[in-house]
Amino acid sequence: MATVPVLIGVSILIFVMLNIIPGDPVAVMMKERISPDVVEKVKAQMGLDDPLIVRYFRFIGGALRGDFGMSYKLNRPVSRLIMQAFPNTLALALAAALVSWLIGIPAGVLSALKPNTIIDRAFMGFSVAGISMPIFWSALLMQYLFALKLGWLPVSGFYGAKYLLMPAVALGWSAAGTIARLSRSSLLDVMQKDYIRTARAKGLSEVRVVVYHALKNALLPVVTVMAIQVASFLSGAVITESVFGIPGLGRLAVDAIRTRDMPLLEGSVLFATFLVVMGNAMADILYSTLDPRIRYGR
Amino acid sequence: MAGKGRNCVPRALRQKVRAGLWQETISRFGENSMAMVGFYVIAAVAIVAIFAPLISFHDPYEINLRQRLLLPSGAHILGTDAFGRDMLSRIIYGARISLLVGLIPSFISIGIGSAVGVTSGYLGGKIDFILMRVADIVIAFPSLLLAMVIMYTLGAGLSNIFIALSFVGWAEAARVVRSQVLSLREQGFVEAAKAMGVRRRAIMARHIFPNCLPSLVVLFTLKVPEFILAEASLSFLGVGAQPPVPSWGLLVSQGKEFIFSAPWVVAFPGGAIFLVALAFNFVGDGLREALDPYLKR
Repeated sequence: MATVPVLIGVSILIFVMLNIIPGDPVAVMMKERISPDVVEKVKAQMGLDDPLIVRYFRFIGGALRGDFGMSYKLNRPVSRLIMQAFPNTLALALAAALVSWLIGIPAGVLSALKPNTIIDRAFMGFSVAGISMPIFWSALLMQYLFALKLGWLPVSGFYGAKYLLMPAVALGWSAAGTIARLSRSSLLDVMQKDYIRTARAKGLSEVRVVVYHALKNALLPVVTVMAIQVASFLSGAVITESVFGIPGLGRLAVDAIRTRDMPLLEGSVLFATFLVVMGNAMADILYSTLDPRIRYGR
Repeated sequence: MAGKGRNCVPRALRQKVRAGLWQETISRFGENSMAMVGFYVIAAVAIVAIFAPLISFHDPYEINLRQRLLLPSGAHILGTDAFGRDMLSRIIYGARISLLVGLIPSFISIGIGSAVGVTSGYLGGKIDFILMRVADIVIAFPSLLLAMVIMYTLGAGLSNIFIALSFVGWAEAARVVRSQVLSLREQGFVEAAKAMGVRRRAIMARHIFPNCLPSLVVLFTLKVPEFILAEASLSFLGVGAQPPVPSWGLLVSQGKEFIFSAPWVVAFPGGAIFLVALAFNFVGDGLREALDPYLKR
């Protein structure tokens, strides 16, 4: 598997990008003016004087043990901050994934069963709209409509399932389009196969043909994309979390940039990318397990 | 993807066939009403962006605190923002930013991606292995987070967005091109060129690359909306364009505090992003279907 080399490359890229900036982290940490002597001392203490490569190995050695250093601004271990944020992001990602499947798969299936009809066009237009929608915009409009005008849902914050509904729809709808298009093209493809003709020739009802014979095969590639999607939600919830005030991983990264908190940014981006890489690897495994025709490795 | 079988045709004839391919594509594209609507929207937005100073009635930067958050009216068709600036003028000037930020990084990233993809796919071996592992690493990142890290390193600002998005985007283009080159290089016309003693670089540039163009055109039109949304997101998060630049994402971000009292300051600029991204996606889909008639049954 190419997972390990990719992760090493990812860690090098993040580390180099964040450590070549001329900005002095010590100056960022301390607001008041301090004497250069003190700055030098603190730098030496933190090991910031060492060559880049030494610092990289120290960083990666720590990361392997789950230690991403201390946050400059919050003065707490980055790993603890990440672990506090992760469950919130996970809840949002799973809820959003559920929304995208509940909208995407039925839309794709209906479109494929009635190709080139009004239904098909409407659903596909709807799914392109989902892809083209800036999430922060739809999120803000939902807040305006459902929280302020109708008063059905809380504006923002994260204290329970009710708070998850709008963020999940905002995030999930954008992905529903991808799922819908994929299930449509996949099902269209399968419906042309010989075994579907055979099933029809046997005299099976159309519902039976679609549900038992076609869908089972058509949804294989969709399942793979779903796995990748959950991973991308975990890392891609940056905007949704910012708008709805959910204290998750994405918010952590945005806050880290805002306060120029380098270890926190380094840790949260590395962790999020790790999740995506693992998600992709799991999708591969899932695909080969579900589809006996595919085998990886030699 | 598009037209694999026509590659063993002699060159003179092939050029004719290729002209035919584009003509056919354009005529098929013309029959797709959604794609044509998208095309007209883009054309209209482009005209508005180019002639922004002639079209807008107000200076997009002119602050007038006595006219804060005015409702849409005759004098200010889309109302005013929190500094009393005319929303319509700001959106019109913002169109310039969004189009540039969609087009330029798409062009750069696809340029780099095709160079990498053709080299990697045609030469194979160690070079291929190394280039593709680098692409794997870039693709592994969630793209918005990678762009955010680059913006952190380079500093916020419009010009750095071009660099960040180009860096984020090249790897996907490289993969698309490489996979095409892998099948192209086995074709008869490449063998023939090799046998005639055409140099490696000329084969890559003149024989292989032109055959990748159809899918690159589609990739380009689909990259543009992606980058427009990415810029808007970065600017919304505060790491992209900086005030007072009228970037659409920034307009929404600045308006979000006032959404409950003046929802139009969020609705209009966000709607502009949505409309343009939608138009490009329709055109991209239309082109894909036009180039590959078997896609749609």
